Amino acid sequence: MSETLLVDKIARRPAWWAGLGSYIRHRPFFILALLVTLAFLAIALLGTAVTPFDPTFQDMEAPMSPPSSTHWLGTDSYGQDLLSRAMAGARYAFLTGICSVLLGALGGLAVGLMAGLAGGRTEWFLMRIVDAILALPSLVMAIAFIAILGQGVDKVILAVGLALIGPFARTVRADVLQVRALPFVEAAGLMGIGKLAIVRRHILPNVFFPLVVQATIRISEAILVSSSLSFIGIGIVPPTPDWGLMIAEGRGFVSFAPWMSGVPGAALAILLIALAIVGDGIREQMDPKQRAGH
Amino acid sequence: MTALLFELLDVEKSYELRGGGAAFRPGPKRRLRALDGVRLTVARGDSVALVGESGSGKSTLLRVLMGLTSPTDGRALYGGQDVTQLKGERRAAFQREVAMVYQDARGSLNPRLPVLDLIAEPIRHHKLRAGPAVRDRVLELLDQVGLPAATLKRYPSQLSGGQVRRVAIARALASEPLTIVADEAVSGLDVSTQAQLLNLLVELQRRMGLTLIFITHDLGVASFLCDQIAVMYLGRIVETGPTRAILERPAHPYTQALLNAQPRFFAPIAQPLQGEIPSPIDLPPGCRFAGRCPRAVPACREDDPALMPSGQGRAVACIRPLTAAA
Amino acid sequence: MSLQMSSSAVQATSRPLVELEDFSLWRQNRSVLDGLSFTLPKGQNLALVGESGAGKSTIGLALMGLLQSQGVKMAGRARFDGQDLVSLNARAWNGLRGRRLGMIFQDAGAALDPCFTIGHHLAFPLRRLLGLSSRQATERALALLESVGINDAKARLKAYPHELSGGMQQRVMIGIALACEPDLLIADEPTSALDVTIQAQIVRLIQDRVRMQGASCIFVLHDLALASQACERIVVLYAGQVMEAGLAEVVLGRSRHPYTQALKSCVIELDTAALEPPPGAAPSLDRMPSGCRFAPRCPRASERCTAEKPPLQGTEAHQIACWHPG
Repeated sequence: MSETLLVDKIARRPAWWAGLGSYIRHRPFFILALLVTLAFLAIALLGTAVTPFDPTFQDMEAPMSPPSSTHWLGTDSYGQDLLSRAMAGARYAFLTGICSVLLGALGGLAVGLMAGLAGGRTEWFLMRIVDAILALPSLVMAIAFIAILGQGVDKVILAVGLALIGPFARTVRADVLQVRALPFVEAAGLMGIGKLAIVRRHILPNVFFPLVVQATIRISEAILVSSSLSFIGIGIVPPTPDWGLMIAEGRGFVSFAPWMSGVPGAALAILLIALAIVGDGIREQMDPKQRAGH
Repeated sequence: MTALLFELLDVEKSYELRGGGAAFRPGPKRRLRALDGVRLTVARGDSVALVGESGSGKSTLLRVLMGLTSPTDGRALYGGQDVTQLKGERRAAFQREVAMVYQDARGSLNPRLPVLDLIAEPIRHHKLRAGPAVRDRVLELLDQVGLPAATLKRYPSQLSGGQVRRVAIARALASEPLTIVADEAVSGLDVSTQAQLLNLLVELQRRMGLTLIFITHDLGVASFLCDQIAVMYLGRIVETGPTRAILERPAHPYTQALLNAQPRFFAPIAQPLQGEIPSPIDLPPGCRFAGRCPRAVPACREDDPALMPSGQGRAVACIRPLTAAA
Repeated sequence: MSLQMSSSAVQATSRPLVELEDFSLWRQNRSVLDGLSFTLPKGQNLALVGESGAGKSTIGLALMGLLQSQGVKMAGRARFDGQDLVSLNARAWNGLRGRRLGMIFQDAGAALDPCFTIGHHLAFPLRRLLGLSSRQATERALALLESVGINDAKARLKAYPHELSGGMQQRVMIGIALACEPDLLIADEPTSALDVTIQAQIVRLIQDRVRMQGASCIFVLHDLALASQACERIVVLYAGQVMEAGLAEVVLGRSRHPYTQALKSCVIELDTAALEPPPGAAPSLDRMPSGCRFAPRCPRASERCTAEKPPLQGTEAHQIACWHPG
């Protein structure tokens, strides 16, 4: 009577490590990007413990020296070791990126849920505000918030996070509307399950996972925006080793000391590309429909 | 007298439409009558099949029956009370006593919950079991619908189409209902899976004395599963009564046409019905089936026939019914 | 097996339109079709029946040459009017497809491009393949629309696919497939998305048009009764293998294979009192049982069945692959 054959097949799926080998073979770029991201993360966590020099130590003997055996990636105009500064910069990049995305995602979740569930005028009002926020690029929004909040790492996180609420709110609302229309939500209602329980048990989990995926993808945007703020000189203040700041400092010397902007620039670019690939990979894995196919 | 569970009293459901005008200009207001003057009673222990093609209004009827939409006119009663007005204890009773199996069984199961939680939800909600007894009850239900205990930890996406339908049925049974309302619960499946599910439904119905309201487009499924049948066409019930009697001697030409369309081994393909179901927007006066009916006379295009009893528990909405001619 | 086949199919006077001999197909190194053999004489219709996943649609796609570039490997012989299809290059396929082979899909709405009018859909193959001028093509398109039973054909030529009902769309698809008067039409579940009364219309239309043009049709169907009505020949597939094949009245009328018998026992007719579906479900591609693939679900299975694959034996009128034919 029962369809034992299929259940059998599921029950005897290969162990996860057996699948890992084929996974690496099928997705080499994802694995590479993941390793790069993890390396950056490790450097960010370990901080000065692994940098060859103190990132703020000024080697007066060798200002603006090109890559050499002592300073592998050269030094800047104050003689600070660029490799050490780029490594230390990873910490600030992740700090601002992750914290501001968390802030934005939570804010967006609250606004989006409220709009999607309330409907009617509340939804209209909230979404027009979000539209207004979205009309400006997140960098411009962040500049506006910095103008109000002032400078510093915490202010940058706050500004970028606030600027990200708009896009998050929009996707959360779209997901809520979509999930709300699915038969299982109606079925729960028919069963007499309370509104709050439906939101908590049936709507939130189906909105939350796409949001996590969104968040991983948006981390790179947040890093880029905060670096941009520092680049134009209104974000993180020197001598904090921030990539945007470092690129700005090297700008004047590009013609004869290109490594000064090049090193932090390359670090930023590599991390952003790696994060984008990782984000895509996670999105594919999180989708229950796609997962069923494997 | 058997207790009446559901009563539909002259239910009408219509939608106002705008559209059909030129771009950016609203067209004239039009009425779409999804249901028109529908009367139906379902007593305890009945098994009723609602049969009709797409656009016949059977799904709308189901939504009215379940209180998911309120009718534009007429009343939908459950146990003598308006379904949309049920309050407090009565409402809770309705929610427990009537369980629905959706056509889109996969869509009716939260993809983020494993089968255990899916089936346990109604048990916990209606406080039918507590603690570890919940799990035992879920296992019992899985066994009833013919799924192995290993299904407990699976997610809907890991199950086949037939298994998902079984889980949906188990979930419907979990609230220990009196009535199961099923919307095309066996369509779109392989014949062997469909046959397995039909056997399961018949067995459950017999063993638990369930009332069954089953929507289908397949007269064969209806005849196998249900004692009563209501044939719908364009928002109307055109013929209703005991399944066997109706399928042996249909009175309405549309029922006859549906019967003819049923594939039969080695029979030549029947002379099909002319044309297709017209749009339910702005219907012409007279019988809705007149345009496709082989027996239509001019009078059919003038008067809209009402569903009239024709004896032996049967009723037909036709001025030239087939049995009268025979 | 191939020996038996060729000895029974020696009537060289009229060579069969389609001839499969030990035809196998792998997709991503998984066996989808395994050692298929059957023939279709000119002017006859054939139905491929079986549960989903049996490989019915794959045969249709392979015969249309639509599987070339998808990691698909083929072995054995598949001949169309004497021409071997397995070794055909892309250029030769383009000469066959449309002109000599036509295809109808299950979902006509998805097969028609929403950006183009019905007239364009019909005229395109006529201009491209037959080299007609645009005026000639439009005239032929009009005649085609009328031949597939569409009223007011002139106005319909300018309509877009979404403006037509599902039945109408399927009629248009039939018109397109028959535009260049192909010798073989492949109809993949042409009616399963349609209402029952429309189903009969469409199957009859295909039958009539195919007969009128002296062509043949391979239907992919899941409804055995419909297959017996529409086709002279039946091929019963299970898990990528032919279980039983031959003339419809033999295969379905006096079936000897337990799988065909099981499928037949799942068909609901109006007087069906009991259904006896086979237990379990069809195996998945990566877990094919050794020996006879139906053995795990077969009531007559013996040790030999699980150890040894039964060969397809018999005459052209009736072939069967079973150790214990009933």
